Amino acid sequence: MRLRIVVTLKPGVLDPQGRAIHHALGSLGFDGVTDVRAGKLFELEVADGTDDATVDRMCRELLANTVIENYRIERA
Amino acid sequence: MKTAVIVFPGSNCDRDLAVALEQVTGTRPQMVWHAETSLPDGVGLVAVPGGFSYGDYLRSGAIAARSPVMRAVVDAAEKGLPVLGVCNGFQVLTEAGLLPGALIRNAGLNFVCRDVPLTVENAQSAFTSRYRIGETIMVPVAHHDGNYVADAETLARLEGEGRVAFRYAAPVNGSANDIAGLLNDAGNVLGMMPHPERRIESAHGGDDGRRLFEGLLEAVG
Repeated sequence: MRLRIVVTLKPGVLDPQGRAIHHALGSLGFDGVTDVRAGKLFELEVADGTDDATVDRMCRELLANTVIENYRIERA
Repeated sequence: MKTAVIVFPGSNCDRDLAVALEQVTGTRPQMVWHAETSLPDGVGLVAVPGGFSYGDYLRSGAIAARSPVMRAVVDAAEKGLPVLGVCNGFQVLTEAGLLPGALIRNAGLNFVCRDVPLTVENAQSAFTSRYRIGETIMVPVAHHDGNYVADAETLARLEGEGRVAFRYAAPVNGSANDIAGLLNDAGNVLGMMPHPERRIESAHGGDDGRRLFEGLLEAVG
């Protein structure tokens, strides 16, 4: 079973990477972009039947730092 | 005082810390590889060094914080053993939950590598007893992810409890409240981005970092 974990910075947490990407898009002439936030995507292959609580613990204990990041679990 | 320096794959300030500790304590520290599951008997201080543990994969300090030896460090810290984390070591201690908040990319995006003035904010701890409150000391920084963040409630608590040990005298990396070094609530864990071990003798351009180790030696014995 494949899971996708999307980790994004919480609103208000400085995202210099997103800011640099935003700037580069502007340099390429894409003027309509008002904001860019960079995040991370993890694709996990896990045993069928892995329960939600276990996946949630993986996110909280390692994949995301919940001081600065939010996470979303997507089941394929 | 017997001391231990933790070594992760990618640590690169472990030797500097070991030299500083040996010079001040007169005893060579035990270097403890990350895969160990326990600390050497009788150590009075554990130091977590700077570097790029595990290549800064995932987040700076994140993988190191989950390594076997860190479980032993967390257990010992919770029982009161002094633990010092410098630079990447500070990042490891926040990721391990020994210190609140997180360290993210410097606000200016650049790696900052220079001597910076720090203001001593707390001179009561085992780490800072040889300094005077309000004193300005010069200590080098060398980091890319030193921008300290925590929510407003946490920051207010840290300030109210006097847990900011060192503050940048002028902004360096965007850190909230210019926090450069932070104590845990019991005062036995210090994390700091600047490198006191790189400022312990005149050949380093000054010895403002030396008193941190001398204070520890005095406190721990």
